[in-house]
Amino acid sequence: MTTAAASTRQTGARPRKRLTDSLPDETLIGWLRDMTLIREFEVRTMQAYSNAKIGGFCHVYIGEEACAVGTLACVNPDDPVITAYRDHGHALARGMDPGACMAEMFGRITGCAKGKGGSMHMFDRPHWLFGGHGIVGAQTPLGAGLAFAAKYQREVLGQDQKKVALCYLGDGALNQGAFHEAMNLAGLFGLPVIYIVENNRYSMGTEIHRGTTMADDLPKKAAAYGVEGVTIDGMDVLEVYDRFKPIADACREEVRPAFVDLHTYRYHGHSMSDPQKYRAKEEVEEVKQRDSIDLLAAHLIEERKALTPDDRKAMQQEIKKIVRDAVRFAEESPEPPVEPELYSDVYLNPQPGLSPIREYTRGAKNPLL
Amino acid sequence: MPATAAATDTRTITFREALREAMVGEMRRDERVFLIGEEVAQYNGAYKVSQGMLDEFGPKRIIDTPISESGFSGLALGAAMCGLRPIVEFMSWSFSLVAADQILNNAPKMLYMSGGQWGAPVVFRGNDGAGGQLGSTHSWCVEALYSNVPGLKMAIPSNPADAKGLLTTAIRDDDPVFFLESERMLSDTGPVPEGDYTVPFGAAALRREGTDCTLVSFGRPVNFCLEACDALEADGITCDLLDMRTIRPLDAESIVESLKKTNRIVVVDQSWPFASIASEVIAQVCERAFDWLDAAPRRVNTDDVPTPYAKNLEAAYLPNADKIVAAVRSLLGR
Ligand SMILES: Cc1ncc(C[n+]2csc(CCOP(=O)(O)OP(=O)(O)O)c2C)c(N)n1
Ligand SMILES: [Mg+2]
Repeated sequence: MTTAAASTRQTGARPRKRLTDSLPDETLIGWLRDMTLIREFEVRTMQAYSNAKIGGFCHVYIGEEACAVGTLACVNPDDPVITAYRDHGHALARGMDPGACMAEMFGRITGCAKGKGGSMHMFDRPHWLFGGHGIVGAQTPLGAGLAFAAKYQREVLGQDQKKVALCYLGDGALNQGAFHEAMNLAGLFGLPVIYIVENNRYSMGTEIHRGTTMADDLPKKAAAYGVEGVTIDGMDVLEVYDRFKPIADACREEVRPAFVDLHTYRYHGHSMSDPQKYRAKEEVEEVKQRDSIDLLAAHLIEERKALTPDDRKAMQQEIKKIVRDAVRFAEESPEPPVEPELYSDVYLNPQPGLSPIREYTRGAKNPLL
Repeated sequence: MPATAAATDTRTITFREALREAMVGEMRRDERVFLIGEEVAQYNGAYKVSQGMLDEFGPKRIIDTPISESGFSGLALGAAMCGLRPIVEFMSWSFSLVAADQILNNAPKMLYMSGGQWGAPVVFRGNDGAGGQLGSTHSWCVEALYSNVPGLKMAIPSNPADAKGLLTTAIRDDDPVFFLESERMLSDTGPVPEGDYTVPFGAAALRREGTDCTLVSFGRPVNFCLEACDALEADGITCDLLDMRTIRPLDAESIVESLKKTNRIVVVDQSWPFASIASEVIAQVCERAFDWLDAAPRRVNTDDVPTPYAKNLEAAYLPNADKIVAAVRSLLGR
């Protein structure tokens, strides 16, 4: 994509009176901490991957931090959340212990799925994170189901809490049938789910215009399903909050879906084995000029004067230590013992005769529960 | 009928009524249970299994969907992860293929992938097998293909009483259950206990007792086996007939026990022979009781071709009593 095209992706001037203006400094400092944590965590993830400590497919979130942090700041801790395989950022922003997240990738028993899920499958029940899903688009009908359950629990079971579900997907998932079925069902049934496209312009090596119609006006796809759609600059976390918060509140209150096209960018390759021949280095460098973490730090230091450069350094040091500790924790944790872990968590209700090989058992308690 | 709980009087009703009684009973008992699928509500079910349920439970619990198998299967699964107990009706299991990712890749693996955090208490049910001249796209037997996946359970009743008891068990089970019915049996009648009862998974029913051969089957072909047993008995050949009732779990114990008495086995299976349930049963028999076999095990499957349309070809393709009789006779050499 050319520079000119890239600059059209910014979505208008900021409103003068911003919702985020009314938030206390600590809240925004918390976002900066979360975004910095995600980035540092991912740097160490790549390192560990290069050192063959992490296996399989591994996709880092560097560059996209404002998406998860900004949108998750708009919902309650017990609103259901589900995402695709680029999921470490969502897990951390939701509050998963970095040690459990790293240990999962290391394939250790202390991981969030006891080492049975891996990088692409981060689940955190206490934090209402329903995965981490490796098949492109597979999480989108599930997201409709999370919202369906919330609605059913109110309308049939008489619980009084109104919830909104967040379902993240990549721009590549826009082309999956499952997504279109899910959007249609969400629109038809009036489900309180927000489909959030983390539109980083690429699905692996396919630039969005090569894979998706209406790439410059994705909300039209939502309109076709009777679902409100908006485009938001996903590199500016303040903008994400300002624009997303009213949508989240409305979907919760009015019990209806929405679609959000969040413009973002991934700084690194699609996965750990991507030579990135499909895009120019200059394109990446240009996006980095508006790095979401730099923008927020500048806002806090220069505009809000809520943070000094020294505070920022101290925060970075503190986070480096947290992530170092997470890596050490993962490294020092034992592997899942073959007995009983291999044949456990296959059935909640194991019974004889389910396999010709042997009987299934119950495994160790999940470390997050 | 083993394992009946509060069941009282028995009357004769159809297979579809038995299925409905199980769903209605569970929906009355547990508000988290709901039914979702194409035409289940206003149309009263494409095959009238859910007739009247909309009137009793209303549109919030009997939910019509568009033709979106992937979408509504995934929706149900997401709802199950949040603590609801969905029953998903596929008009036919043939149409579940477009939902394969949700039902095979998501439902049975969620518990494992989440390290024990989330199971998937969902029942997928619908018509399986040849419905009668529907041609190859609409005549799927999914038992072999789907039961290959660990994490799911699979039940396949052969009569109305089992249909009710097994479906009740399925709805109460915390794991994903694939429940296979047959369009060809929905109007079959049989004695069905009133009230609430369950039939346990993994417990085969001995439908006939004999000494010459063990017949193993499940679902609709059990009825062909019964016919075959009658024909064979007229010639003094008696068989143990085991109705497996569930494929996963599979009650291999009962098969081995019977085999130790008869020393011969024929497996009757309405899916294709290659890597079928019959293959699996025979493999397990060979692993566990090889020395008890007096003759090589035999299988009666459908023919190994796409399901044909023409009436005569379809009839030639399906297992039937004659084929079973011939297999038993050739095994016995009489
Ligand atoms: C059904 C399916 N097809 C293909 C893949 C392989 N694959 C994994 S990620 C990916 C690209 C998806 O891109 P996008 O949705 O934009 O998400 P991003 O990686 O940019 O976050 C592909 C093709 C897959 N996981 N699932
Ligand atoms: Mg993308």
